[in-house]
Amino acid sequence: MPIELQRVSLRVGETDHLRDVSLTLNEGAVNVLLGPTLAGKTSLMRLMAGLDQPTAGRIVINGEDVTGRSVRKRSVAMVYQQFINYPAFSVYDNIAAPLRTKGLNRHDVRRKVTEAAKLLKLDGVLEKTPLQLSGGQQQRTAIARAIVKDADLVLLDEPLANLDYKLREELRVELPKIFGKTGSIFVYATTEPSEALLLGGRTAAMHEGRIAQFDDTTEVYRRPLNRITAQTLSDPPMNFARMTVGGGSAGLHLAADDLAVTGFEAPPAIAALPTGSYTVGFRAHHVTLLPRTRSAVKVTGELAVAELSGSDSFLHVDTDGGERWIALLSGVHEHPPGERITIYLDPARFYVFDAGNNLVVAPSLAISSAGRN
Amino acid sequence: MARIELENLAHSYFVNPQHPWQWALKPMNMSWKQGGAYALLGPSGCGKTTLLNVISGLVTPSHGKILFDGRDVSHIPTEARNIAQVFQFPVVYDTMTVAENLAFPLQNRGVAKDVMASRVRQVAHMLGLEPLLGRRARGLTADLKQKVSLGRGLVRSDVGAILFDEPLTVIDPHLKWQLRAQIRRVHAETDVTMIYVTHDQTEALTFADHVVVMYQGEVVQVGTPQELFDKPAHTFVGYFIGSPGMNVLPAELDGNQARVGSHVLSLSTRFDGAAPGGTYEIGIRPEHLKVARNGPGLPAAVRRVDDIGRIKIVHCEMDGMAISAVTGEDDEVPSDGVVLVPESTRIHLYRNSHRVE
Amino acid sequence: MQKPIDNRAWFLVAPVFCLVAFNAMLPLMTVVNYSVQDTFGNNQFFWNGVQWYAELLNPGSEFGGRFYAALGRSFAFSGVILAIEVPLGLMVALSMPKRGAKLAICLILMALPLLLPWNVVGIIWQLYARDNIGLFGWTVNAVGIPFNYTNSAIASWVVVVLMDVWHWTSLIALLCYAGLRSIPDAYYQAAKIDGASRWLVFLRIEFPKLQRVLTIGILLRFMDSFMIYTEPFVVTGGGPGNYTTFLSIDLVKIALGQFDLGKAGAMSIVYTLITLSLCWIFYTAITTRDNQEIAQ
Repeated sequence: MPIELQRVSLRVGETDHLRDVSLTLNEGAVNVLLGPTLAGKTSLMRLMAGLDQPTAGRIVINGEDVTGRSVRKRSVAMVYQQFINYPAFSVYDNIAAPLRTKGLNRHDVRRKVTEAAKLLKLDGVLEKTPLQLSGGQQQRTAIARAIVKDADLVLLDEPLANLDYKLREELRVELPKIFGKTGSIFVYATTEPSEALLLGGRTAAMHEGRIAQFDDTTEVYRRPLNRITAQTLSDPPMNFARMTVGGGSAGLHLAADDLAVTGFEAPPAIAALPTGSYTVGFRAHHVTLLPRTRSAVKVTGELAVAELSGSDSFLHVDTDGGERWIALLSGVHEHPPGERITIYLDPARFYVFDAGNNLVVAPSLAISSAGRN
Repeated sequence: MARIELENLAHSYFVNPQHPWQWALKPMNMSWKQGGAYALLGPSGCGKTTLLNVISGLVTPSHGKILFDGRDVSHIPTEARNIAQVFQFPVVYDTMTVAENLAFPLQNRGVAKDVMASRVRQVAHMLGLEPLLGRRARGLTADLKQKVSLGRGLVRSDVGAILFDEPLTVIDPHLKWQLRAQIRRVHAETDVTMIYVTHDQTEALTFADHVVVMYQGEVVQVGTPQELFDKPAHTFVGYFIGSPGMNVLPAELDGNQARVGSHVLSLSTRFDGAAPGGTYEIGIRPEHLKVARNGPGLPAAVRRVDDIGRIKIVHCEMDGMAISAVTGEDDEVPSDGVVLVPESTRIHLYRNSHRVE
Repeated sequence: MQKPIDNRAWFLVAPVFCLVAFNAMLPLMTVVNYSVQDTFGNNQFFWNGVQWYAELLNPGSEFGGRFYAALGRSFAFSGVILAIEVPLGLMVALSMPKRGAKLAICLILMALPLLLPWNVVGIIWQLYARDNIGLFGWTVNAVGIPFNYTNSAIASWVVVVLMDVWHWTSLIALLCYAGLRSIPDAYYQAAKIDGASRWLVFLRIEFPKLQRVLTIGILLRFMDSFMIYTEPFVVTGGGPGNYTTFLSIDLVKIALGQFDLGKAGAMSIVYTLITLSLCWIFYTAITTRDNQEIAQ
């Protein structure tokens, strides 16, 4: 039973929170709402839940218009960023609460709670109260309570944002298993592209109250329709440069003055573009310290700062042309700030956007999207 | 300026600790050099905050000594220790301006007016707070407030060490790396010892020259970010640093061969010297496992592939053990059986969770 | 936040409206009614217009003079008790233990006076301050200071003020204590590191953080003391002479003692208006400060 948003808008005072959003969500795979803070993710979720009413447009669940229906009459469960549980109840009673409200008998309650607890690895702590649990277990309890309800719609609003990153990592791997197991439609809001990619499913890239693109997550990642989507789904942010194409050759504007153009051996798709000015985007992990191919474009600059995560290094490079780019290297590499640095770009990895910021060329190597096994 | 040394330092909230779990900090010896940038990294409850409190003087250690420049300060109160601290939630004096906030510690120490003014200007410049000097501290955003708190430590010429207690907790994600980079730069400019407590690997590794990884009250490794990644000294370090974490598999050792499940791995060195007894484990980072169709290695069944864009995380199962590997974005992953080929120099051997050199 | 609009929702307010009408508007209207009429008894009323109000607000008239004097005493009383209770309560809160059994004992002892009914407090002090049998009165006299609240204006004020301080300082202290508890330890730690003295910790951390609870405490105490009736009535009955005749006591004297319903009605209305406008001033003062804080 799909939930359908038809040309939904939400305006509060002078601000547009949502502009003309149309979206159809299905059960089975998780639907990720991805975008920065204030992109409209929470507003959209509140509309779906029935907590707010849209100023325009309709919400249709299972063919039935539910636009004006209050949250009490809809079958919705919600999980928030904060760990919200009944503090005086045991974990068991917390998970059982929505079932008891529904009036299920003792036996069924026990069966369903045990099932959900097992799925979320809470079997060992059912008798404890939430405050005796770790943050991860508290959030698992909240999630268990949401799924046990068998609601048509389960909304998760940045549920992992308040957890330590290792716990976040574990839950990210476990959550997709849960999404497939019930008949509910799952909607998951997050600001982190890596989270959307790990959860798989389908992603709606949101920007300033609009849906920029809605498709399979890997598809949105590999073939972003426009610059905004490309940016939304890139962490670290995508790097951009200006490019001119003419007469079968292409050049990048890498210096501050527009006249200096660095020519490069353009892949056929780029060389075939109509003459004109374009924006190229390339992801941080396609910036390398050694040339990978013969046609790699060489750029020099100075290292602003090297950020190290556990298994990757992010080099923030100020190019001599005045751009701030980020290079992502696998492994931990220490570089002192201020170091002179040479980086290489692979034209085969360029995303090309036209003057209207729409995608015209996607990297040729990345088209075969493998999908989820 | 201070060199900080911990001598047989341990702490327990119990009067007479009998069990390992009763120690908040297990006995440790450490020397932190003047002007270094250190991070205390670990999950919640690992003892890193207790250690920070021992250094700041909030907690008097039950065992051992803490020395600043060779002077025993174990029983000296916070205010006499010449340290400054930036807290998790920004602490500013609401009713005072930014300039007054920065001058406050100097004023209390009776520093001359002109010296005070020039120090405040200097620090404000370093932190980019100059345009805000006349503003009341009350209305500032969290990141600016944190800069003001840091500034109150930096103005003092007598400060030997600045302690940071998860200072970026309440900072917006997109400002985090800017502030992190700024703290880093300030460290380079001032030559003050800085100790940064966090549970976030990126923060710790980006900030520190040396990272102290703590686990269950114990320091399990002190090393540069690169060492933590390349040579995790404890299985916990392998798990905690890096995402996904290191694969840790129970193994039996026989000369330069390790038996993992029903398979045998050749190690690059012979571990004849390894003491007999104890439990052995093999640690291999997912980045150092190549996914092949066949050949020598560990045959495994693919359970799931997470395509996260720039890499694919391949979740496999081998003899009932979960094991993950990382492949490039363009690599095809067979959906059934694969062979995981480890880089032989990147296989770590652990005895009772500690790395065997 | 977007909400559906349905005017039928006004019906939901109806019960509250009825209740307020019954227990506030209707009685108040009776008073308004009396305030514009005069009577010679026998339940015979006739229209008097705003005559009572004119007289009341004219300090030259006998009635007006009496009103302004009582009003002045009420303000003086509120001013004095605030000047004592606020700093005293603050000091008590600052010196209270932070935790443990001592704290529990402290809290219980401080809550005790708050739990006593007004007239009981009045009787306690009526007896306690007597010069012949009261411990307090007797002791003061024994020390050599003549003290008799039934014939000395100063003594009667001392008793009334002391009684209020005894009864209500705990409230300020408890409010401040709660406010102090909500200041995170990190502030004290930071101040220590910055080398701040105890006085600066109070001035720069505690006092700014307490401003909000203090405003509320002052508001509560002001309103309560401005309308005080029972306690001074029980102890001094407004005397000696009119020295402790506050507005509320005077009002009762006029209404029930002299049965001047018209005058009493006019006085009630003005009294109410003064109280309401002071409330409003306090309220706007608090909210504008909060808004300024947000706007900053």
